[in-house]
Amino acid sequence: MPSLNQEDAPLLRVDRLTTVFDTARGPVPAVDAVSFEIRAGETLGLVGESGSGKSVTALSIIRLVQPPGRIASGRVMFKGRDLMTLGEREMQRVRGADISLIFQEPMTALNPVFRIGDQIAETLLVHGRATRRDARAKSIALLRSVRIPNADSRIDDYPHQLSGGLRQRVMIAIALACQPALVIADEPTTALDVTIQAEILDLLREMKSALGLSLLLITHDLGVVAGTADRVAVMYAGRIVETGPVRAIFRHPGHPYTRGLLASMPGGRPGERLRAIDGSVPLLGELPPGCAFTPRCPDRFDRCPTAPPPDYPVGAGQEAKCYLHDPAARRPADGSRQPERDAAR
Amino acid sequence: MPLVEVSHLVKQFTRGAGLFHGGTTVTAVDDVSFAIAEGETFGLVGESGSGKTTTGRCMLRLVEPTSGEVRFRGENVLAFPRARMRQARRDMQIVFQDPYSSLNPRMRARQIVEEPLVIHRIGSRAERRARVAELFELVGLNAAHLERYPHEFSGGQRQRIGLARALALNPSFLILDEPVSALDVSIQAQVINLLMDLQQRLKLTYLFIAHDLRLVEHICSRVAVMYLGKIVEMAPTAALFAAPQHAYTRALLSAIPIPDPDAPRQRIVLDPATVNRDASLREISAGHFAAV
Repeated sequence: MPSLNQEDAPLLRVDRLTTVFDTARGPVPAVDAVSFEIRAGETLGLVGESGSGKSVTALSIIRLVQPPGRIASGRVMFKGRDLMTLGEREMQRVRGADISLIFQEPMTALNPVFRIGDQIAETLLVHGRATRRDARAKSIALLRSVRIPNADSRIDDYPHQLSGGLRQRVMIAIALACQPALVIADEPTTALDVTIQAEILDLLREMKSALGLSLLLITHDLGVVAGTADRVAVMYAGRIVETGPVRAIFRHPGHPYTRGLLASMPGGRPGERLRAIDGSVPLLGELPPGCAFTPRCPDRFDRCPTAPPPDYPVGAGQEAKCYLHDPAARRPADGSRQPERDAAR
Repeated sequence: MPLVEVSHLVKQFTRGAGLFHGGTTVTAVDDVSFAIAEGETFGLVGESGSGKTTTGRCMLRLVEPTSGEVRFRGENVLAFPRARMRQARRDMQIVFQDPYSSLNPRMRARQIVEEPLVIHRIGSRAERRARVAELFELVGLNAAHLERYPHEFSGGQRQRIGLARALALNPSFLILDEPVSALDVSIQAQVINLLMDLQQRLKLTYLFIAHDLRLVEHICSRVAVMYLGKIVEMAPTAALFAAPQHAYTRALLSAIPIPDPDAPRQRIVLDPATVNRDASLREISAGHFAAV
């Protein structure tokens, strides 16, 4: 592998990635010209509701989108190479070794008929990181590193013999087996209890700093993002509507959707009505014209349905796809009001 | 007199019992007692396997408890014969967690909401139709969608259908078993607001079973924390969040992800070995009980 990481080049640069699903009515974009970067050692939180396209984005990066989905266009630059141009053999070497994935449900991601030790060893052997002779010892060491108690006996367990939290630790051990530069974690704690979730998030943070890896953390939970991510990208209806440093996103959200998500969380005076976002997430293929959030947006004005807004700068390193932030435009009276600055709590 | 009073409720499940061996007994609900006042929202929190869902189901006898009492308006519903129990269920209803699996996919929304009225032989056909339309409006659904099937509704709308069905018989007590945890964040707030509105308008009493402590803090007046089948702490919500007494409650509260990047994060880890499982609840301060 050529080393070509200049100081300032991001580890991963996704550039106008578009993934469509072919339907009877034609191709429908699930991921619509998505662009973002992850620098070495950084955690990017990708936040969105169900159907926002965040998981399809992850699968597109490692080219595991299944038909009827297909990547239609865009580039995914990883360590200076465009992953979209690699042959399948080369791509297989990238998956697991350079970029690995942690899924939401460890019970379905692990193979139920193989001992967990064999599943870790397989990853090591496939990528040439161990020999038959030392695979077991290396697997035990990996289980220890993710703090699984009694690793030398646990290694012979089958997935069903482990609790949900331990299974997710095994998934993390497999993901880290080849010392990847980038780990994509897709809702890694959603199926877990809150105390186990906290342990797994601690482990991910620790592993990230110990191994210097980058993390793409996909979640619907802003609480998880707040404590884990360095930067945040908010997805809505297949598009990234806002990106920025985690503090800026929580303190000065620029997009009305981000503001709505933060405001709708419980945390005000007990018993008070929550500030819900009206309506519901639009279906793929039935997106409203222009900005897809328009029908639900409390700040919408005549320009919103005309065309999808580009990224406008909101603050340092923060951008939002919202005409409220167009410096060139004369803002309508009600659109110019200052966004609410209160933090979530 | 409280509206609902649960005393010494026990539910044991037998696992792996066969013809020649007895199997092992698991105590899912272990001597649980609490009371809910009329008009109150009482929260029951705990992690998976803590027994909170089984407790709710025992109260409606959707699973038969092993022992204990569940008094509703002073009467022990566990002693009711079948017909009387059916009558009692008109007043005590449940809304399930998953609006995707709890609605019959082959029935139209109208039929789903109407079914309890049909089962209890209430009203003429025309009266039932009028009642269904009224319920649709009550939960914020569009009456034009009465003839649609569940898959044509979003998750939030499906949960509204489940709620309309639960309200069809004019109950005074609702068990809400994780009513919003399957919904998207932006939809959760809509349903929570609806639940709070309905409680005021219809003078409902809620048992709110949940694992989302942020939500519990927001809508419950009192909370009980369950751990391994037992209530380990019970208190007015503000007191519980301000001064948790039990080691498990402290661990649970410290694990809540706070949506603020600058919030101090000091996690308390529970060492299960230090929990005295035989400790019984005692009153620490007014209305605040803990098994310490």
